[in-house]
Amino acid sequence: MEHVELFFKSIFIDNMVFATFLGMCSYLAVSKKVSTAVGLGAAVIFVLAVTVPMNWLLDQYVLRPGALTWLGAEYADYDLSFLSFILFIATIATMVQLVEIVVEKFAPALYTSLGIFLPLIAVNCAILGGSLFMQSRDIATLGLAFNYGLASGIGWFLAILAIAAIREKIRYSNVPAPLRGLGITFIITGLMAIGFMSFGGMLTGGEEKTEKTDEAAQIETITQDKDAEEPLAEVSQELNNK
Amino acid sequence: MALLSKKDRGLILDPLADNNPITIQVLGICSALAITAQLKASIVMGISVMFVLGVGNVVISLMRNIIPSKIRIIVQLVVVAALVIIVDQVLKAFAYELSKTLSVFVGLIITNCIIMGRFEAFALGNGPWRSFLDGIGNAAGYALILVIVGFFRELLGSGTLLGFKVLGDPIAKTGLYAIGYENNGFMLLSPMALIVVGIIIWVQRSRNKALIEEN
Repeated sequence: MEHVELFFKSIFIDNMVFATFLGMCSYLAVSKKVSTAVGLGAAVIFVLAVTVPMNWLLDQYVLRPGALTWLGAEYADYDLSFLSFILFIATIATMVQLVEIVVEKFAPALYTSLGIFLPLIAVNCAILGGSLFMQSRDIATLGLAFNYGLASGIGWFLAILAIAAIREKIRYSNVPAPLRGLGITFIITGLMAIGFMSFGGMLTGGEEKTEKTDEAAQIETITQDKDAEEPLAEVSQELNNK
Repeated sequence: MALLSKKDRGLILDPLADNNPITIQVLGICSALAITAQLKASIVMGISVMFVLGVGNVVISLMRNIIPSKIRIIVQLVVVAALVIIVDQVLKAFAYELSKTLSVFVGLIITNCIIMGRFEAFALGNGPWRSFLDGIGNAAGYALILVIVGFFRELLGSGTLLGFKVLGDPIAKTGLYAIGYENNGFMLLSPMALIVVGIIIWVQRSRNKALIEEN
């Protein structure tokens, strides 16, 4: 249940693009065509799903206060968390490079479609942001960290897919000249972000259950009323028929 | 400005208007939007980026002949990350509340595309002094947009500027509130930042027709 909740929360409520504006640069630059947007989106999902668990391990066993206890009791007081930026970004840069090499070797078809985007990704703030949010939100287990990375990537993918589709269609509309291109994209993204805010009420936990039962009770009474009315309606219809 | 030749002055002044990093070059959007709900945070973010970009541009420019081009991205990231750690530690020491507000976005200066963009486009091909000017200029252009967005969002959203109640007190009903003015809480939510930046782009491009895009 925890996994499902985190999954949907990361995709819709804490959507990388619409809630925290991460990866906006490549989101704006690479969203002119749906096909390239899909390529970049897939690469982001992949890299996030790999680097967030990696950085979780780093955070857990190297960086946070007391994380070095496994080396020996005398290391228990060390707090290396000020190094997290540099270690996270180094991990991301090397992982991206590694992934590029591996994909090129074992899946040339995937490489031709993702290849040009992979180097771009090292400097996509969505990737580093994923790791930093993972750290600041205290994700508890490795499985959850993987889940978080994957779901955030999917959220980013959905966002860039949606804006690319809209931008492909918008060239048939008569946008005021100064707003064309970047301006209208900003405003559309703003409107989409307002739309995504409505997902905020999706997962509020136990409090809503009572409300739901109230609603269910209301619905039941309404249907009962309808049941009560139906015989009357039948009678009136019969009368009409006669 | 007798110190600067005309060309050097262009390096500083162009990014403020016609070559603005946010509205024209489309660099560094992420942090511009997320932290502009308050003017103070915008200003601090602008200054931080100015420091990182100014110093980083000089460092990269000094090293430009010895960085192998294949691993230059990693080298650049290490330089930026080191500078950002300095900024982060300074903020934590002297402005702890503010560093909480900025949360992960200080760290995200590392991947702020404005920094990598200027390293790639300018510092790798120019001397340290000109790179420094370019860094300061671009960061100032970035800070300018941040301050404009932060100004409108804080003014319309909570009726304050830098924490001062410039429009009167909403609870005691003084100033503008006395005649029925209400704060627009929507301005404090993140989507409005996008729309405010969209409007800035609109204004800028209607004043300068040369900037209008094809589609």
